[in-house]
Amino acid sequence: MKPWEIVIGLETHAQLATVSKIFSGASTAFGAAPNTQASPVDLALPGVLPVLNKGAVECAIKFGLAVGATVAEKSVFARKNYFYPDLPKGYQISQFELPVVEGGQIVLSVGQGDKAYEKRVNLTRAHLEEDAGKSLHEDFHGKTGIDLNRAGTPLLEIVSEPDMRSADEAVAYARALHALVRWIGICDGNMQEGSFRCDANVSVHRPGTPFGTRREIKNLNSFRNLKEAIEYEIRWQIETLEDGGRIEQATVLFDPATGETRAMRTKEDAHDYRYFPDPDLLPLKIDRTWLDRVCKRLPELPEARRQRFVTDLGLSAYDAATLTATLETADYFEATVAVAGKASAKLCANWVMGDLAARLNRENLGIAQSPVAAAQLGGLIARVADNTVSNAIGKKVFEALWTGAGQSADAIIEAQGLKQITDTGAIEKLVDDVIAANPANVAEYQAGKEKAFNALVGQVMKAARGKANPQQVNALLKQKLAE
Amino acid sequence: MTLTLPEVKRIARLARLEVNDAEAETARQQLNGIFSLIEAMQAVDTSGVEPMAHAQDVFQRLREDAVTHTDADARQRALFQSVAPEAEAGLYLVPRVIE
Repeated sequence: MKPWEIVIGLETHAQLATVSKIFSGASTAFGAAPNTQASPVDLALPGVLPVLNKGAVECAIKFGLAVGATVAEKSVFARKNYFYPDLPKGYQISQFELPVVEGGQIVLSVGQGDKAYEKRVNLTRAHLEEDAGKSLHEDFHGKTGIDLNRAGTPLLEIVSEPDMRSADEAVAYARALHALVRWIGICDGNMQEGSFRCDANVSVHRPGTPFGTRREIKNLNSFRNLKEAIEYEIRWQIETLEDGGRIEQATVLFDPATGETRAMRTKEDAHDYRYFPDPDLLPLKIDRTWLDRVCKRLPELPEARRQRFVTDLGLSAYDAATLTATLETADYFEATVAVAGKASAKLCANWVMGDLAARLNRENLGIAQSPVAAAQLGGLIARVADNTVSNAIGKKVFEALWTGAGQSADAIIEAQGLKQITDTGAIEKLVDDVIAANPANVAEYQAGKEKAFNALVGQVMKAARGKANPQQVNALLKQKLAE
Repeated sequence: MTLTLPEVKRIARLARLEVNDAEAETARQQLNGIFSLIEAMQAVDTSGVEPMAHAQDVFQRLREDAVTHTDADARQRALFQSVAPEAEAGLYLVPRVIE
């Protein structure tokens, strides 16, 4: 029998980066005291009416443009009816038949190194909706506490086609989507705070037969949980089927502590949401002019930028991918190239991904908070590229820039006298002195010990206080020892 | 189309309405009356007519993304919570919800 094929589709809720809610003027800031950001609209007090936030619509437009989707000229808000205490209206305002974004595609890279491959995941749709409040199940004398600060927070629900065939592909998709929404500035991507959360629809079947019955894993708020939950679910479904069992359609929760998924209480009515157009809201119109205006403000997209880094700047695919992981990194890198010159692009990539990234990591800083500005690093790279300083001395200068010992690489090189010695006569003198002073090393080298050569180079560099041009030192030393 | 009694009861349950058998039967007859009205409307040929999502053929007006509801001193919250059946520590309290 053919092996099982895994089929995964993802529904992702991205909290939109607006300052106010989707239908009210209450703040969306995270962490406020309970119910202090719940306006009469969010509380569903009688007689209130929702008014749609233009900023939230623009976020949806940006997303639609970024994934090559159709942004609907006319879309409609609908009521999704269900009862839960954190949803005071008794319905969620969402979109059903006519969503704001239809279609589109996300390109992602799955796996690493030689095994890496490119995959295109089609999107079904993306629609605007409001978030619900939060239920706090700690014990309030046997009752549940309700905080409606989150109620009415704008969400974009992004629905993929069931195009993924493994947990790794699902995670790669979620990562690519996460990077994209941050890149275009529509979502802060903070998964701990719930700004980006995924539901995974998982089923298994034999290739060539119809799709199996799917189970939906709810509210996965980290890439790790996403991977573990899907892998567990796949194993569970295959075992169930191979034991002669049947899969019942269900909504399941993942417990990170046990690594298992378990079905939520199933109710026959659970999915009967009785959608209908919300009479409180007129259809949303997005005309060509508005689309064009948003399009002009959209940054160059990661995919395009990645390709430009390869074709224009001669970077490897790996470097280009790493440098386009976030918009901030890509901007920083290009700003260093602007100063150091296109010819030094590879050198810039090495510095940004190497010394800078390592130092930022150590201090737990993002690139936007780097104490070394891109222009400063570019200035340093230019001095390494034109041999004013060696790479090793460059690291010293970098450290000085980091601690603020100087404003520019040039100033630091000047003030600390770090300019590289390239004068052959001066280096020759140093080499002669070292050879004269270290007869033992010289003898060892001439007896065929390569290590002795390195010791001699070290001596010369020490005498030059690290400033001698390493290539010249090597060449001169070899030449002298051969004499 | 006519509704059966179990269907009426299911609709009532979805809407969290408590109905006894007599009320359900009354509702069934009334709802079936409405259905016959809808059937009469559905007999009209509407091919080529674009469905409307709203009775008025106008579009949504939008508001700028700005915070207009300020509640810094939580005074308004106290006001809202004064009409709630129960509140504590700024939270609305409801019968326990178990998932």
